[in-house]
Amino acid sequence: MDPTPVVGARYMSSWWRSVQPAPKDPILGVTEAFLADPDPDKINVGVGAYRDDNGKPVVLECVREAERRIAGNSNMEYLPMGGSVNMVEETLKLAYGENSELIKDRRIAAVQALSGTGACRLLADFQKRFCPESQIYIPVPTWSNHHNIWRDAQVPQKTYHYYHPESKGLDFAAMIDDIKNAPNGSFFLLHACAHNPTGVDPTLEQWKEISHHIKVKGHFPFFDMAYQGFASGDPERDAKSIRIFLEDGHHIGIAQSYAKNMGLYGQRVGCLSVLCEDEKQAVAVKSQLQQLARPMYSNPPVHGALIVSTILGDPDLKKLWLKEVKVMADRIIGMRTALRGNLEKLGSPLSWQHITNQIGMFCYSGMTPEQVDRLTNEFHIYMTRNGRISMAGVTTGNVEYLANAIHQVTKSA
Amino acid sequence: MDSVFAAIVQAPEDPILGVTVAYNKDQSPVKLNLGVGAYRTEEGKPLVLNVVRKAEQLLVNDQSRVKEYLPILGLAEFNKLSAKLILGDDSPAIQENRVATAQCLSGTGSLRVGAEFLAKHYHERTIYIPQPSWGNHLKVFTMAGLSVKTYGYYDPTTLGLNFQGLLEDLGAAPAGAVVLLHACAHNPTGVDPTVEQWEQIRQLIRSKGLLPFFDSAYQGFASDGGECFIAQSYAKNMGLYGERVGALSIVCKAADVAGRVESQLKLVIRPMYSNPPIHGASIASTILKNSDMYNEWKIELKAMADRIISMRKQLFDALTAKGTPGDWSHIVKQIGMFTFTGLNSDQVAFMTKEYHIYMTSDGRISMAGLSSSTVPHLADAIHAAVTRAS
Repeated sequence: MDPTPVVGARYMSSWWRSVQPAPKDPILGVTEAFLADPDPDKINVGVGAYRDDNGKPVVLECVREAERRIAGNSNMEYLPMGGSVNMVEETLKLAYGENSELIKDRRIAAVQALSGTGACRLLADFQKRFCPESQIYIPVPTWSNHHNIWRDAQVPQKTYHYYHPESKGLDFAAMIDDIKNAPNGSFFLLHACAHNPTGVDPTLEQWKEISHHIKVKGHFPFFDMAYQGFASGDPERDAKSIRIFLEDGHHIGIAQSYAKNMGLYGQRVGCLSVLCEDEKQAVAVKSQLQQLARPMYSNPPVHGALIVSTILGDPDLKKLWLKEVKVMADRIIGMRTALRGNLEKLGSPLSWQHITNQIGMFCYSGMTPEQVDRLTNEFHIYMTRNGRISMAGVTTGNVEYLANAIHQVTKSA
Repeated sequence: MDSVFAAIVQAPEDPILGVTVAYNKDQSPVKLNLGVGAYRTEEGKPLVLNVVRKAEQLLVNDQSRVKEYLPILGLAEFNKLSAKLILGDDSPAIQENRVATAQCLSGTGSLRVGAEFLAKHYHERTIYIPQPSWGNHLKVFTMAGLSVKTYGYYDPTTLGLNFQGLLEDLGAAPAGAVVLLHACAHNPTGVDPTVEQWEQIRQLIRSKGLLPFFDSAYQGFASDGGECFIAQSYAKNMGLYGERVGALSIVCKAADVAGRVESQLKLVIRPMYSNPPIHGASIASTILKNSDMYNEWKIELKAMADRIISMRKQLFDALTAKGTPGDWSHIVKQIGMFTFTGLNSDQVAFMTKEYHIYMTSDGRISMAGLSSSTVPHLADAIHAAVTRAS
């Protein structure tokens, strides 16, 4: 065997010479661009991370206290593949109800997941493995990463009508049509509350109809609930869509995240649950979910889970959390009112009713990509090009500037 | 309403993690968990390093710290320090900006992200893994869309390296095939090539144009100008198991290539979990960037390694004293957290049933799970398993 000298190896070209530069993530790329901008008036209304009225990120008091209790006491051992049992139990209560019979009957297969993204990905991989003939129906528009997730899981995807641009509300009739026309047993991705990016949610009556038609077709309803607590300020109220489906007897799936409502963004803590016919099936499904987690990351990170179970397991801390969530939601609702009010005061020719009709962290402004580009280039305002404004980035200090900028780029529309 | 998942059957327990599940169910006071590779003290307790506790306190006391999303590729400071740790402070690859690094979820996550990148961007879809290897390797690479072949590694007759078989199998691999290498402390066997053998392996790999993927890393490879993948974990060496701290580094030929590779890594990660967990990487970073804490870490790490070496000697001495049939010198020759005992699955089952010893059925024991007080019980169990009538 002729040993190749080291020198010879250097003359070979890279394995990766044909690797193309990837496009920037449409959402996370916004913050990168914002950070690079030196302008003092710049505003980041891109990524959906909460800011206080000073534009500063917030660590909740309940979280600080939980961390004080954890530091020095956690032995950092591996969690089981399915994650923290404690954390998962508390999390299911939030979604299914504090006294849910389904939890008592152990009918829910649930695992700790890497925030909402991780929960969706596990479900997508699970769908691919066990319902390989099925498709996922995704609303238009949706969080852009939903498409990436199901694509990488190799599940064929279709879309269903959701947002109605003319009314800046829900395209309900078309949505129902799409549900009816989808092949029986399709998977439907539903935003439980505070739809991202539009902020447009069905009414309770509409949810009941949606549930009915999904039931007729035998579809699998999968709820992505990333904003429980953020929509109305009341987590129970925000879970109403899910409760309607449960009452209707659906066997649903839910992706839950603590990124926003507990401010645990970087900790990557969430939960995937699948409601089954009985305990035996739940045990089987959970074991299969674990089989998907193992070759992805083996077991989920412990720190965020400890924070969640410390807070939710202590009645006083839980009460404090609920109070702090309401403060965040209320501030956002206040900013919606302020932004709309400012635009109307400026004499905008357009209707801005949708700003206060829409709900949750985001406002789908209706601005075009060109108008958004002008906002960025002329006014140093950073947001995603679909016109989505993260209301969490709006403050009493910048709302006038923002309103004026929006007015400038839209007044001749 | 029928569930769409009505026909799903229960998955078998994970062969490694399932050992702990079984151990936990056992009520016996003499039960011993030698399954998963998590370090234990002499008292059989998990260990959090002092320097980790210090880092923890620094973090919790720093009121200015927030919990925002990390970038997709993780904590930049952590990535730089991790690359330096594995490639060396004076690595030309680092100085020339040829290394793309992503913080990932411990070793598993680093392997998976690297494998998905390969499946997407590399022209060869086959990865060669040693026989045997960590049980999860097969699943990780298969799930990522690669096809897995094996190369000779362990010789059951010598309980050592099958070097000829290794050279033959890698020599027969197609040009460009990916080769998984355990840089040191091979899991599960504890059998490592010598320095001379590593150099031969390196030359073979470079001459055949194979792509090395290290689960941990070997210095020689990274400084010979060639490209490679490296999966790093802080689970064991910093005791950060459950925090899921690791890094994937891809050493490229040129800086602009590394830049493009980095951008494509983001597309693999974003639909998997968006961005990695912040806590563990912050602890690791705090330690690595502070020279006092770094030195403290090295000392505590050595103490763990030394205790394990001592357990090897004690077990070997105990079996020798009992006159247990067979050559048990591999216990002290093998290296790292595991010993591949050479016991078969029947013998293992016997030891579990009669002596409440929990270990994987391939005969692998985690030396970290032993203490001076439990070595005699294990020696008894091995002796009984080997001498009983089949």
